[in-house]
This record gives sequence, C-alpha cells and structure tokens, in this order.
Amino acid sequence: MKALVWHGTTDIRCDSVPDPQIEHPRDAIIKVTSCAICGSDLHLYDHFMPGMKSGDIMGHESMGEVVEVGAESKGKLKVGDRVVIPFTIICGECDQCKRGNFSVCERTNRNGHIAAKAFGHTTAGLFGYTHLTGGYPGGQAEYLRVPFADATHIKVPSTLSDEQLLFLSDIFPTGWQAAVQCDIEPTDTVAIWGAGPVGQMAIRSAILLGAKQVIAIDRVPERLDMAKAGGAITINFDEESVIERLNELTNGKGPEKCIDAVGMEAHAAGTVDAMYDRVKQATMMETDRPHVLREMAYVCRPAGTLSVPGVYGGLLDKIPFGAIMNKGLTIRTGQTHVNRWTDDLLRRIEEGQIDPSFVITHTVGLEEGPDMYKIFRDKQDGCIKVVLKP
Amino acid sequence: MRYETERTRRRGHADTATDTLARGLGIFSIALGIAEIAAPRALARALGMKGQEGLIAGYGVREIATGIGILASKDPTPWIWGRVAGDGLDLATLATALEGRNPKKGNVGIAIAAVAGVTALDVYCAQTLSRETAYPLPPMQDYSDRTGYPGGIEQSHGAAQDFEVPRDFRTPEAMRPYTQPQVPQRPMPSM
Repeated sequence: MKALVWHGTTDIRCDSVPDPQIEHPRDAIIKVTSCAICGSDLHLYDHFMPGMKSGDIMGHESMGEVVEVGAESKGKLKVGDRVVIPFTIICGECDQCKRGNFSVCERTNRNGHIAAKAFGHTTAGLFGYTHLTGGYPGGQAEYLRVPFADATHIKVPSTLSDEQLLFLSDIFPTGWQAAVQCDIEPTDTVAIWGAGPVGQMAIRSAILLGAKQVIAIDRVPERLDMAKAGGAITINFDEESVIERLNELTNGKGPEKCIDAVGMEAHAAGTVDAMYDRVKQATMMETDRPHVLREMAYVCRPAGTLSVPGVYGGLLDKIPFGAIMNKGLTIRTGQTHVNRWTDDLLRRIEEGQIDPSFVITHTVGLEEGPDMYKIFRDKQDGCIKVVLKP
Repeated sequence: MRYETERTRRRGHADTATDTLARGLGIFSIALGIAEIAAPRALARALGMKGQEGLIAGYGVREIATGIGILASKDPTPWIWGRVAGDGLDLATLATALEGRNPKKGNVGIAIAAVAGVTALDVYCAQTLSRETAYPLPPMQDYSDRTGYPGGIEQSHGAAQDFEVPRDFRTPEAMRPYTQPQVPQRPMPSM
C-alpha cells in the first residue's frame, strides 16, 4: 500500500510499504477513506519531538471502512462499518479508561517504559506519533491497523460526509476539551492563542458553550479571517501588543480563561523571551519555546484558568510560576480524551450546531502529501487544514 | 502561493527561509562575540596581532550587540546590514595584519577567506530581506464565510449550554464566585 513515511527532519515521502495485518485478536484493519495532516504532525516534520525512526508511517487523524476484524473485536465491529479512528489508542478497561481519562490509558502504549522514564508514568498509545507513544504506524496510508479496535473507534452514520466527521478523530474534540477545561461561564472572555485548526475548533467550542467574548491571537491573515468568521475578535500579534489589547477588551481585568493552542513552536519575533528561547533551543539547552504560556500567565485574570491543548514535549524554561501561584490560576492540560466527548459532538454535528468541515482549505491525494507538509508548515497558499484522500 | 516570491514574503516571519538564515546569523554573531571576548589573547596570537587584544574584545561586544539585535527585533533587516558593515571592518583590520613580517600571514589569509564567506551570506540575507515586504499582507484567500455554524452564529451561540462540564473539569468552587456576575461594588476607601 501507499503511505506517508518519515525519513528524517523535513523528509516525508509517499512510499510503498507492506499492507498491515491483524496481529492481535482485538485488532481491526480499516481502509482509509480520508485522513488529515495535524498541526502536531509538524512537530515531527521539524523533528522537535524525539522518538521518531526512519520508516515510521505518519498520521493520527483517519477514518474509513472496516475491512477485517480480529476475533475479539467481532462483537463491537463488523466488516463494512464506517468508523472514525481517535488518535488515542484505548483499552477501555484500565483504571484511567474507566474514569474517562483515555489519553492516559495505562495499557495501550507498548513502549510505556520509555514514556515512564520521560514523564514518570506511561501515557496512551498514539497512532503515528513517535516510539514514546508506542511506535504504532499512522493513518496517512491506504490501510490502517487499529489495535484495541473494539474500544478504539467511533462508529459514524452514512448520512454525514467524511469531511463533516473526520475531525472527530482529533482537532474537534481537542478544541472542545480545551474549552470544556475552561468551564466557561456566560460572562467569560476566552482568549485563544493560535488560530490554527485546533484554535479554530476551540473558538467554535467556546461560542457553542456560550462565552460572552472570544478573542483569537495569531498573525496569519487567513487564520485571523477564519477566526473572525467564527465569532472571535482578532489580535494580530505582529501589529499590536497582545497584553495591551487583551486588557483593553476586558476593562483592564484580563481574560478569565486562556487557551494555548500553539504549543512548543511559538513564533514571537521581537520579544526578549522569544529571543532567549531561540538561543536556548538552538544550543539544545531547551526543548520547547513557551512564549504563549508566559504571556497567558501574565495576562490571565486572577483566579482564572489556563487551558493547554498545545503540545509540549520536554523541558521549559522561565515559566512565571510566581504569577501563576500568586494569582491563583488553575492550569488544565493534557492530550485529548477523544472518546469522552465524541458521542456528544457527533450529536451536535447531526443537529447542525456546527459543521467542522469549515476548516478544510486543501484536499489532495496521498502522493501530494509530502508537498502539503511544507505548504502547511510555511502557511503558504492560505493553508489551514489539509485533508488527504488515499 | 503568496509567500513564494521575495516581494510578497512578509519580512520578520520566522517561517520563511531568509528569516531562518537571519536568525542563524544572529546566533553565529553571539557565539563569535563570546569567543572574541573570552579569548582575545589566543586570537591575537593566532593572527600575529599582539597588542590588538582590546580591539578584538571590542569587536566581540559589537558582534554580541548585533546578534541580540537580529534575534530580538521584529525586522532583522537593519541589523543584518549592520553585520555587513562589521564584516567590512573585520576585513580591513585583518588586511593590516598582512603587512610587514607577520609570521602568521597564513592564518590571517584563512581568517580573511572565512570572513569573506560569511560576508557573502550576510549580503545575500540583507538583500533578500530588503526585497521582502515589511507591511501586513491582506488575506490571500477569503475565509470570511467559513463560520462553521450551518444555522448561523446567533443560533449556535450558547447552543451547548446544555452540556454538563464533568466534575473533574470544573472550576474549583472556591474560585467560582469570582467569575460570576458581581453585584456593584462600593468604591474602595481611600487609604
């Protein structure tokens, strides 16, 4: 089959690789009908996340049709079922899964000992996202093996299109969880750093959850345009001071809820801390550039909440914990517990409250995938979200 | 694609190749400056420029200042041109070491070649940046109709207020009153 394969920094190719096989009775194989490039895939493309090996298949946003089912998954899945595959692989049986904390499933990361060394404990296995999370082949391919398939799937109806459903795999529940973590009140201002795909979903989620005011911060004109269409007030951080503008929009009090939809590769030219991060990252003394976290901690209203869906990988420097502690801020973060939210979100799509397909700007075949990584990374051609059709 | 040409690239954006080069030159500038300040004697000895240690350390300060300027500014263009000027100064200073009976002329020749190479890179970077626009670009694609709400934003705003936030995701009760609508407050007493 054809698949997008990681060969090194900024080197992704469309290769021929062996078809996946059932390896365990709980497995299933799906024929991928649509998949997408995620912003967090760019951390692998740029090789900021450690743990990739040449030959790894990329991708963790996929959907398709079940073509083979292992013996132990047959009660839950059958050939022909239409499914979206969540990016977190879940067993559905461990203590964390029973609590709904699917992204920290205790059993699906087959390299859990490596994750435990890095993070203290294992986290869930993920598709196509480093050997730290299990080294499972990803879904930017014609076929995908789904481990623990009896639990790791979202059945979807035939009445909706792939484009409306695909993002249940990651970015829609991720944006949703980011907003839910804020426990939004009708009087709240929610400020969202990053108007990429997750930021766009977080904006719509905050609107659905009834926030009084949503503010999006970015500098890419197309992203700001789309954020405005979703009901956000926009701040271009190249043109104006984020802190001054946020204080102006909140009568000097700061936003009650702040969402970091940027993560480890923040761009913030012209600030002292951004320069500091650049030098430290270039000299391998820091893994992540946490400009957004610093800015959120500084501007957030006392007793407010910082919600962090943006991906961080390792060690962060100069975090103003004094501001966080003294202002009594709550920090909520984590990979998304996808299956915790998807029944509810699927209903909202069916009822017409939201149509996540608004975010798609490019649809191409798998062969064009490697080029699209570069275009997406460099924000060329108005690119915000890429869907691949294997 | 809008960002493909020099004239339509937005200067100062970290995600264009020229700006990546500019940042690299900034980091190089700081590293060279540190070396010049930390080991002026060793450098002077290697280049047969004894007695010029103060000048070398001074050049180190200049390199660090330029490097910080490149990395800290929104638009690194003037700072890169500053590097070009500094390269000229370096080359002129090294040329003086070629005169007379300097036994380290070979090392000086290598240093001149290295500085000339970096100068070429600086000139290329400064020229390319100067051709890029310094002004905000309008959106290339019009996404103003991409609301994501099939029935319109008015219909969707608050549509999910039926959603019950799970207990483990709720704002701590002690913090909750702070974000609720407040009764009008009495003015603060003057101290």
